[in-house]
Amino acid sequence: MANNVSHTTEYRVLARVVLILMFLTFLTIFVTSLHLGAFSVTVALLIAGVKGFFILTYFMHLKYESLLLRILVAMIFVLYAVIVLITFIDYAYR
Amino acid sequence: MADNKKIEYVSYLDHKGKYTGIRSWIFTMDHKRIGLIYMYAIMTLFAVGALMGLLMRIELIAPGETIMKPQTYNGMFTVHGIIMIFMVVIPGLSVVFGNFFLPILIGAKDVAFPKLNRFSWWVYITGCFLAIASQFMQHGPPDTGWTFYAPYSTTTGTNVIMATFAAFVLGFSSILTGLNFIVTIHQMRAPGMKFFNMPLFSWAIYATAWTQLLATPIVGITLLMLIAERLFGIGFFNPDLGGDPVLFQHLFWIYSHPAVYIMILPALGVITEIIPTFCQKKIYGYKAIALSSLAIAGVGFLVWGHHMFTSGMSDQARWFFSFLTFLVAIPSAIKVFNWLATMYKGSIDLKPPFLYALSFIFLFTIGGTTGLILGSVATDVQVHDTAFVVAHFHYIIFGGMGFAFFAAIHYWLPKMYGRMYNMKRATIAWGINFVGFNLLYFPQFILGIEGMPRRYFDYLPQFQPLQVVSTIGGFILIGGLIFMVINLVQGVKHGEIAPENPWHGTTLEWQIPSPPPLENFDEAPVINPNPYDYK
Amino acid sequence: MSEREIHIEVHRDDEASKLGMWLFIFTELLLFGGLFLVYTVFRAEYPKNFHEGSLELSVTIGAINTIALLFSSMTIAMALSAIQKNNRVLAMRLIAVTLLMALVFLFNKYLEWSMKFEHGLYPGSKLMPHLGRGDLMFFSLYFFMTGLHALHIIVGMVLLTICFFKIKKGTLNFQNYIHLENGALYWHLVDLIWIFLFPLLYLIT
Repeated sequence: MANNVSHTTEYRVLARVVLILMFLTFLTIFVTSLHLGAFSVTVALLIAGVKGFFILTYFMHLKYESLLLRILVAMIFVLYAVIVLITFIDYAYR
Repeated sequence: MADNKKIEYVSYLDHKGKYTGIRSWIFTMDHKRIGLIYMYAIMTLFAVGALMGLLMRIELIAPGETIMKPQTYNGMFTVHGIIMIFMVVIPGLSVVFGNFFLPILIGAKDVAFPKLNRFSWWVYITGCFLAIASQFMQHGPPDTGWTFYAPYSTTTGTNVIMATFAAFVLGFSSILTGLNFIVTIHQMRAPGMKFFNMPLFSWAIYATAWTQLLATPIVGITLLMLIAERLFGIGFFNPDLGGDPVLFQHLFWIYSHPAVYIMILPALGVITEIIPTFCQKKIYGYKAIALSSLAIAGVGFLVWGHHMFTSGMSDQARWFFSFLTFLVAIPSAIKVFNWLATMYKGSIDLKPPFLYALSFIFLFTIGGTTGLILGSVATDVQVHDTAFVVAHFHYIIFGGMGFAFFAAIHYWLPKMYGRMYNMKRATIAWGINFVGFNLLYFPQFILGIEGMPRRYFDYLPQFQPLQVVSTIGGFILIGGLIFMVINLVQGVKHGEIAPENPWHGTTLEWQIPSPPPLENFDEAPVINPNPYDYK
Repeated sequence: MSEREIHIEVHRDDEASKLGMWLFIFTELLLFGGLFLVYTVFRAEYPKNFHEGSLELSVTIGAINTIALLFSSMTIAMALSAIQKNNRVLAMRLIAVTLLMALVFLFNKYLEWSMKFEHGLYPGSKLMPHLGRGDLMFFSLYFFMTGLHALHIIVGMVLLTICFFKIKKGTLNFQNYIHLENGALYWHLVDLIWIFLFPLLYLIT
């Protein structure tokens, strides 16, 4: 039975994170408005990935959670990526 | 033999809680009672599904129309599949024996979330009612097969929406059960029981629970897409609107292949418990078996395309899926070798649970090796959508998981109800089941290779002799099953009082009274780091 | 009263509860994952149509919604910190701001969808099947994904409202806040999904 106290994140940390997230949002809009074709897609998704990382790490407290949980979250994303990749073994070669 | 009557305790069956009568079952939060009410539902639905199967066998005893019209036949194999897959074998061993025994095996009082467990059962029952409703609503029972392939499923006039929604609801129940079991295993093991001190059935349930949790959402969203296609014409699977029917197959099998591991992993776990007990010998290769369960679950996510070799997928995809399908056979084979190694020089006792376990190995091996024929593209192309496939999956699911279920009930019934059944009759029933099963399904391998298609109402006259043999086998099997059930029910009602440990097992369930008290352990259990410590 | 009920009251495992919530989040990620997979397949097949389709969406409204949701993620995380510091009033206010941001999001969604409906663009409309093939895929995905996402926003709002009243009643407090922690996790999930929806639907050119 574990009712240990969860880590309390300070308000200023959360505020800083949201500013980073908003900056990254505007960055994405800017980069995609440049119409760089496939490069835009990659950059947009990469930035989204970074934003997701911040949300998971700070807002969802993964930074302060157990290693087990962090590994599980990573594995879910890996599993999903693998499933998409395998599906494209079909679509890319049809 | 310990006499339970002398020990002062109240069994979970006699416990008087907040509710009485039937409400004490429908509103129970006791994992043991929940296991039982799942079992009663599953047995009922199995009987309905088996009846459908028997009717199909009667239809197929002769070419042409025998007892039903073609549309009825299409509806029958569809509902047979929906009931058996979504309501019997996927929940199957997990919800019955996982619920009843997982907490006990790890030294816990209950699962992590008892209220959620009860809710899972309510959701399951709701799904069952919705599926049954789809049979009787105005547009007629679905006729798509349980696989609901587009574009037929998106255009046929029958009650597809109700049936797919029922499957969605049932999937939700499965997800919640998986979630509950994962947290139970992580958080509720008794002090001193590390992961590698757990009995192997717990490992099997663990691997199954992860698969339930992660695979089911994919079919959930796919079924929603199917419903949206029927209601709004969204076009994802409609080639006329720019969609791709094969995409449905990808999405469907991304879940439905891991689903077969949901079916078989707990079965493999039960066999792994029964064999050491009836050989009175420690299981050979504990770690290999534990990790092979995880390996099967993991690799099982990557092989789904072997159901689609003739669908029009790219060659590269077919090569990839075939290769991975051969890989996933390896951890299963590891288990079989370890079981055999356990039996070697063991003190073998041919009681009914062990007979079912032995026949499981035989039937599962046939099912598994015929799976390799299906996993190899060149041979699959010949037998895809024939009776060969039907035989393969019945050997694996029925001969495998089904016989494992019978093994489990013969193994654990004394613990669950505190009564013994007649072992001689159980053995005879087993024999009838074994003979009936093989007569029913083996001819279908041959029929399939000869060209008999599956889901076909009619056939060429040359196939009739083997079809007759198969139908006769079906009747024999049904007879054996009825005999088996009657014997078990009589055991529960009038059988001899069962001792605490009738089979001389070493895992925790055999250290508590039969039937167990409400919270399983009246004192904290003493954990032996070796769960299979046979002297 | 049976012994059983006393035991249930005493048995409390916050760690188990949190793990349970994370597992549920995994299922939600995979649920939306299926839709993202369909998006990826059709985007690869109809790149031009998807580009044209996304031009029909208002980047401004999408950006406002993104900002609203990001901000709401911050406020709910702050609400959790507040209750951990035993600052009940601040926690309730922050939850209220979170809910307000959610309403802003839903209102914008309503505006966007209305604009589309007025042009005859909605699932099941007569116009939809006559669009170019890739266009139909894009808009079907648009409605399905944003619709399912909006449904999850509503569920999240319900969860957070319940937390609000629990704090008011005192059953959710600095010694027992797992429900807010879990509700916040669910809210962050809803934000996380939007982080990917926004560029894929509105910005990809």
